[in-house]
Amino acid sequence: MADQLLDVKGLNCPLPILRAKKALKDVPIGGTLLVLATDPGAVKDFEAFCRTTGNELVESKSEDKVFSFVIKHMA
Amino acid sequence: MGKDISSNTKSLSMIVTKGSLDWAYPPFILATTAAAMGLRVSMFFTFYGLTLLKKKLDLNVTTLGNPAMAMPMFGMHIAMPNIISAIPGVDAAASAMMKGLMKKKGIASIEELRSMALESDVEMIACQMTMDMFEYTMDDMIEGPVLGGAATYIETATKSDINLFI
Repeated sequence: MADQLLDVKGLNCPLPILRAKKALKDVPIGGTLLVLATDPGAVKDFEAFCRTTGNELVESKSEDKVFSFVIKHMA
Repeated sequence: MGKDISSNTKSLSMIVTKGSLDWAYPPFILATTAAAMGLRVSMFFTFYGLTLLKKKLDLNVTTLGNPAMAMPMFGMHIAMPNIISAIPGVDAAASAMMKGLMKKKGIASIEELRSMALESDVEMIACQMTMDMFEYTMDDMIEGPVLGGAATYIETATKSDINLFI
C-alpha cells in the first residue's frame, strides 16, 4: 500500500503531473505516492516525468478506465 | 532566480507572442510542466503575448480564418465559415463555448496555470518595447514579472537547452 494517495480523476493535462509533483513534496524520500487518474495521456506522461526527475515509477496499471500509478519518491 | 541551480539543471526558454485563449495554453502548460520536471524556465512576453501578464485576463478565441477550428456541437464537429465568423457576437460565443468545454473536461484555466508557474519560480520577463508601444505600465500587470528586452532573452537563450517561439 502506498504511503499517500492523490486523486486527480477528471483532470486533464498537465494537472495530474503538476498535482503529483506538489504531492510528492509531502512524501518522505523512499516513500510512495499512489496517483489515480482518468487522463489516458498520463500513462506516458508519468513515465517521462519519473525518468526526468529521477523518481521511480513502481507500478502503472489501468482498471475500469482509471489509471493508477505508484511513484517512489527518490529525488 | 532565488533557487540554487546546479550546473547540470536543464532549462527551457520561451518567447510568448500570442494572447488569444487558444494560444495562451501551450506556453503555460509547458512552463508549469517543465518546472515540475525540475527544469529552470524563463518566459519572455512580447507583442500580444504581453497581455497574458495583465492582472485581469479576458481571453478570447476567434474562428475567423481558422478552418481547423471545428467545435463539437449537436453530436458532430462544426467549423465556422469566415462570413459567419465576422458577425459580431460569434467570437464571444465561440470563446464562451471553449471555456465551457475546458471546465467540463478538467482543463486548468490560464489564471491557474499562470499562478502555478509563478509559484514554481518560472521567470517571467515583460518586453519593455511592447509595454511602451501598447502603453502599459507594470501596475497593469500581475506581481512577479520583470522588465527586459531582446538582449535579456538572447542571454537566457544561449544558456537554455530548449528555446521555443510560440
